Amino acid sequence: MEEIILEAKSICKSFHDPVTIPILKDVSFSVNKGDFVSIIGKSGCGKSTLLYILSTMDTDYEGELIIDKESMTNKKENELAKIRNEKIGFVFQFHYLLNEFSVLRNVMLPGIKLGKFSEKEIEHHAMEKLRILGIQEQALKMPNQLSGGQKQRVAIARALINNPHIIMGDEPTGNLDKKNTEIVFDIFSQLAAEFNQTLLIVTHDNEFASRTQRIIEMEDGRIIK
Amino acid sequence: MNNKLILVIAKSLLLARWKQTLVAAVGVTFSITMFITLLGFMTGLNDLLDGLILNRTPHVRLFNEVKPNPEQPATFSKDLGYTFIHSIKPSGNGQNIDNATAIMQNLKKDPRVFGVAPKVSAQVFYNVGNIDINGVINGVDVESEARLFKFQDYVPAGNYLDLKNVPNSIILGKAAADKMLANIGDVIQVTTPRGDRLSLKVVGYFQSGLADLDKVQSYASLATTQKLLGRPISYITDINIKLNNIALAPALAVEYKKMFDTDAEDIQTANAQFETGSNVRSIISYAVGITLLIVAGFGIYNILNMMIYEKMDSIAILKATGFSGRDVKRIFTTIALSIGIVGGLFGLGFGFILSHIIHQIPFNTVALPTVKTFPVNYNLKFYLIGISFSIITTYFAGLFPARKASKIDPVIIIRGK
Repeated sequence: MEEIILEAKSICKSFHDPVTIPILKDVSFSVNKGDFVSIIGKSGCGKSTLLYILSTMDTDYEGELIIDKESMTNKKENELAKIRNEKIGFVFQFHYLLNEFSVLRNVMLPGIKLGKFSEKEIEHHAMEKLRILGIQEQALKMPNQLSGGQKQRVAIARALINNPHIIMGDEPTGNLDKKNTEIVFDIFSQLAAEFNQTLLIVTHDNEFASRTQRIIEMEDGRIIK
Repeated sequence: MNNKLILVIAKSLLLARWKQTLVAAVGVTFSITMFITLLGFMTGLNDLLDGLILNRTPHVRLFNEVKPNPEQPATFSKDLGYTFIHSIKPSGNGQNIDNATAIMQNLKKDPRVFGVAPKVSAQVFYNVGNIDINGVINGVDVESEARLFKFQDYVPAGNYLDLKNVPNSIILGKAAADKMLANIGDVIQVTTPRGDRLSLKVVGYFQSGLADLDKVQSYASLATTQKLLGRPISYITDINIKLNNIALAPALAVEYKKMFDTDAEDIQTANAQFETGSNVRSIISYAVGITLLIVAGFGIYNILNMMIYEKMDSIAILKATGFSGRDVKRIFTTIALSIGIVGGLFGLGFGFILSHIIHQIPFNTVALPTVKTFPVNYNLKFYLIGISFSIITTYFAGLFPARKASKIDPVIIIRGK
């Protein structure tokens, strides 16, 4: 029996403005440790909405969300922030690096926030992650000196810094060209294969999805496959 | 760890928009500078004007009013029934306070009393050629007069101590001296109403700031005045008392009046309205200072709002990676507070410098012989109020934008891209 990292139990969500439109209808599934899962579906099928509920950032839903055997439903905002910090890593379509900090500091920030290690150790970990992603030479540059693909790799390094249980991605390759998409995909597969990292990636790139271990396909707010 | 991280992020956000930050801080600096300067200058002026009255006025004055004896011989007789007496004249030994030495010794023992100064006032005529000018000579104990009423501050020329050291000396009112063309070292003639004449040596000028008073008022030692009047050393017409706590004056005046069987007048009765002007000036200074600070607060509010709109993405990712709403709020209140503290401290510095410059500006007025420059009060209280105000206003100016930032929903920002 594999360890379940993330479990969604009959999650429903509707938008109420201006009229009530159901977005997610009774979505249930689970992700095991080490899984490399992709969620695909057409635009507006609710796949991103689902991801943001799973990420704990969106709390306006019905049903239950369990991460690492702990229910996320009805938790306070600051408790959820702490869980995101410790257990979830994010990669978005846009890199969201802070331009005021160097690449290294950007990667370190969530680690310093967690406060589990000293700054020296975090710096060491950050360099380690940057090395895995092959951009350790860029560590002391500012984000605006980097190319789009490099920035996205820095964002992945930032997602990895606290060794999260799960990495969630919302179209992480959406803004990248073919070559960089390839690089990012290789990184994800490497993380899954070598470090047994759990990954949950929302994408509309079917080719990308086809190479993941498991595909969840959504349509009209339901999981169809 | 968390606090340090919040400081680091706040600092980097501040420095990223350092021009706006500088403008906001300059706003605070300017208002605190004006606040300090205004209050220092206003209070300095207040002290000066209050001093004009307070320095020269005893808190309680004991004297004998010239008045008719309430017990006329006719009232001693029970047989006469009702008596009506017209044109009663004052009688007795006039203005002398009986047993003045004993009263003064008693007063000096009273813990509420700061000091006691005896005075003899004498009506005289200054003889200038064949013209007589009306005058009053106050016989004073120079040392206690200097200690209690800053006598020396009102003697712009000559040494006030000569009054004691030089026998038969006088410090002439400046206006009177000008009229008589009397220089220091000259000898003048005075005549008492009884016809006694005395030559007095001018050892200084007295300038109270009130020209009418200076035309009339002169000072001599107690002994000289008593000699002039042909009275014994025990002859004292006024006992001027300075208290440790001025607020007690009305109560003590009543008490002394009863205890020593003299008339007594307190400073509050004598100068009922002197505090009103000072209070109004203080209120105006505070109002202007606080208005300036509130305007600066709006500046900070605007700049933080702009910063939040600009840094929406950063706030969103901070929240996504584990910063709670509270952390974000603290980042922005830290920014506001550092603008307030730094701006405020510079304001205190510039305020001090500006006050100091004002303090150097010449301010010569005939009325105030010892004041050469504009008066400034450097009370530490103003500086403490200034820095607290700047911290409080910037905190509140930052609080609302910070709360807005803390409520930003990262999902909306990130999905909106």
